Amino acid sequence: MFEHTLRAGALALVMTVSAVGVVALTSAPASAAAPVAAGPTVRIDNFVFGPQALTVTPGTTVTWINQDDIPHTVVAGDRSFKSKVLDTDERFSFTFTKTGEYGYFCSLHPHMVGKVIVKAG
Amino acid sequence: MNDQDIPGEDRRGFLKCMAWAGTGALWTVSGGLASSISLDQAAARPMAARTFSFVQLSDSHVGFAKPANPDAAATYREAVAKVIAMPVKPDFIIHTGDITQLSKDQEFDDADQIVRAAGLTVFHVPGEHDMLDEGAGKAYLDRYGKGSKGAGWYSFDHHGVHFVALVNVVDLKPGGMGSLGGEQLAWLEKDLAQRASSTPIVVFAHMPLWTVYADWGWGTDDAGQALTHLKRFGSVTVLNGHIHQIARKVEGNITFHAARSTAFPQPVGGQGPSPGPLKAPTEQLHSMLGVTTASFVRGTEPIALVDSTLAA
Repeated sequence: MFEHTLRAGALALVMTVSAVGVVALTSAPASAAAPVAAGPTVRIDNFVFGPQALTVTPGTTVTWINQDDIPHTVVAGDRSFKSKVLDTDERFSFTFTKTGEYGYFCSLHPHMVGKVIVKAG
Repeated sequence: MNDQDIPGEDRRGFLKCMAWAGTGALWTVSGGLASSISLDQAAARPMAARTFSFVQLSDSHVGFAKPANPDAAATYREAVAKVIAMPVKPDFIIHTGDITQLSKDQEFDDADQIVRAAGLTVFHVPGEHDMLDEGAGKAYLDRYGKGSKGAGWYSFDHHGVHFVALVNVVDLKPGGMGSLGGEQLAWLEKDLAQRASSTPIVVFAHMPLWTVYADWGWGTDDAGQALTHLKRFGSVTVLNGHIHQIARKVEGNITFHAARSTAFPQPVGGQGPSPGPLKAPTEQLHSMLGVTTASFVRGTEPIALVDSTLAA
């Protein structure tokens, strides 16, 4: 019953998120305790990732939002995560489980770079 | 795609000779690097000299519908209408990439349908916007990649001019600009090795092959290696798009030329918050979009490049 409620909750979340054009991420284990929308966001604005460097604790889900009129991608330098192409207002989320520094870039406009630093809290 | 035969050549012989008169005024406007021949020179030239022209279209971004241009398909249609209306029919069209906005099948279909109205062969190279499908370029290559190598590069000859289509929009590196990659550079070296240094060369690619503005990635990291192979040729013309504005540079025998987009303008490098679409006043948009006509006359003159806007 509890599990069922969780599933329903997760489904509702996915539906909400889909309604605003989110690219659902499945590469990290689903966790009801870490709703996608609640984590920090990186906004893509004028071909810049902001903030360019973001520090989070393990288990944090980071969401990128493309606010440009031009599509962008979010691709890890080591390819450990990779979004589909994000058109205007589309989002991509990834949950960072391990500590470390994750450099990423836009594979269409590679001068756009950013990093996520994952440190124990 | 080698040794492409462009149909309909003979019947235009007379018209081609007339073309010099018809476009003389435009050359004057182009000035500078285009260094077109004068009308007097053209009149004195024997009819035997093979002349031809081709058109460059670029950055049509079919599917784009944002404030900078609510209907990129419509302005692409206008650009093609301009080609159709040319007093002398060009031999073919070169499209230097970003055919579509998001590599969607419908966008490719629409773009193909629009350009087909010109009734000319179209030679493509992909822009980064044309390689966004799930197959990372499969949609583009399935349509336009027949006979090409790697990510879509190829060459062909036309009336003694050697054309080389390069791809510099795939496998880009973090912090970098455009990239040709080792495999393509090796192919280019081999492709050019077979040509006499007197062969006029036209190279076309999406991103600039010289650094226009590094901070916005307007260049190609390993272009220098490609240029090494091109240096020995007497006449090299390098055409690109990507930056949605005219930019020119001459380096020895190599002339670089970036064309306008048919969809939306972008700011001059560094003179705006980003290289994104520039929202111009609606009445000015057409004067910031355009096509490039390249005319070639066998002889010592470089190819004459004439840019014209959709407003003209």
